[in-house]
Amino acid sequence: MMYKVKVYVTLRESVLDPQGSAVKGSLHQLNYKEVSDVRIGKYMELMIDETVADLDKTVKEICEKLLANTVIEDYRYEVEEVVTQ
Amino acid sequence: MKFAVIVFPGSNCDVDMYHAVKDALGEEVEYVSHTATNLEEFDGILLPGGFSYGDYLRTGALARFSNVMDEVVKAAEAGKPILGVCNGFQILLEAGLLPGAMRRNEKLKFMCRPVELRVDNNKTMFTSEYEVGEVITVPIAHGEGNYYCDEQTLARLQENNQIAFTYNGTNPNGSVADIAGITNERGNVLGMMPHPERAVEELLGSADGIKLFQSIVKNWRLAAHVVTS
Repeated sequence: MMYKVKVYVTLRESVLDPQGSAVKGSLHQLNYKEVSDVRIGKYMELMIDETVADLDKTVKEICEKLLANTVIEDYRYEVEEVVTQ
Repeated sequence: MKFAVIVFPGSNCDVDMYHAVKDALGEEVEYVSHTATNLEEFDGILLPGGFSYGDYLRTGALARFSNVMDEVVKAAEAGKPILGVCNGFQILLEAGLLPGAMRRNEKLKFMCRPVELRVDNNKTMFTSEYEVGEVITVPIAHGEGNYYCDEQTLARLQENNQIAFTYNGTNPNGSVADIAGITNERGNVLGMMPHPERAVEELLGSADGIKLFQSIVKNWRLAAHVVTS
């Protein structure tokens, strides 16, 4: 068994997202006026061995040390158990 | 004075930096690989511009974990001058040697042109040869130079006079408080987006950057590192 950890990293709410703003502008041009905000982020998948001592602690460390820059970014993650052959 | 130009996979301003020190400044300089584990023989450390590790994940995020960065941190703690230009600045931010973070340029465009900078603090080892308020012309070349820090950090930068350079007139990237370059609290680490190493002789369009390198050497000599012949 392995853990498939899906990590989402986005710019913090307080930080202007210029890519998101540009995409929102294009959606409005396509007449999707009901879209009030777009935030662009990153999606990462980690495969972690089940022998990991403390999965949450490890994933948090990985996110804070490398995957996200917590000065400007927030992260969240989901864990899925994957059966390996 | 002996400088190290750190070369990461993807650095591309290392040759400009080397040329500025060797030919325009006339001091000793060596290329040092990102795998190096000792920088003791060097008096000043230069982190050049480029796209280290292809800018994967975030600019500077992967370079920050190179072997040599532990040595750069040690050199910073020892009070040696550390200059990070462009990608070098981004690496210093990721390494936590300078506060804040870098975002994509406000207009999402890669900006490559000469800009005017204002010298906001000339009481640093990097800027003492300039007048305070002096306006200089130095090129920029970046897609992610939109410096960000929160309000408390900005207040601290201002209180401690850590803002060395700001953009004069038009801000090309949307940076907080028009910031172009900042130092650490101690004043021996400078990160800046514009490229002083590309403005060291009139042939390049401006020689305004040379005083930055001259300041480093002059202050190093003043700090009793006097060479006896």
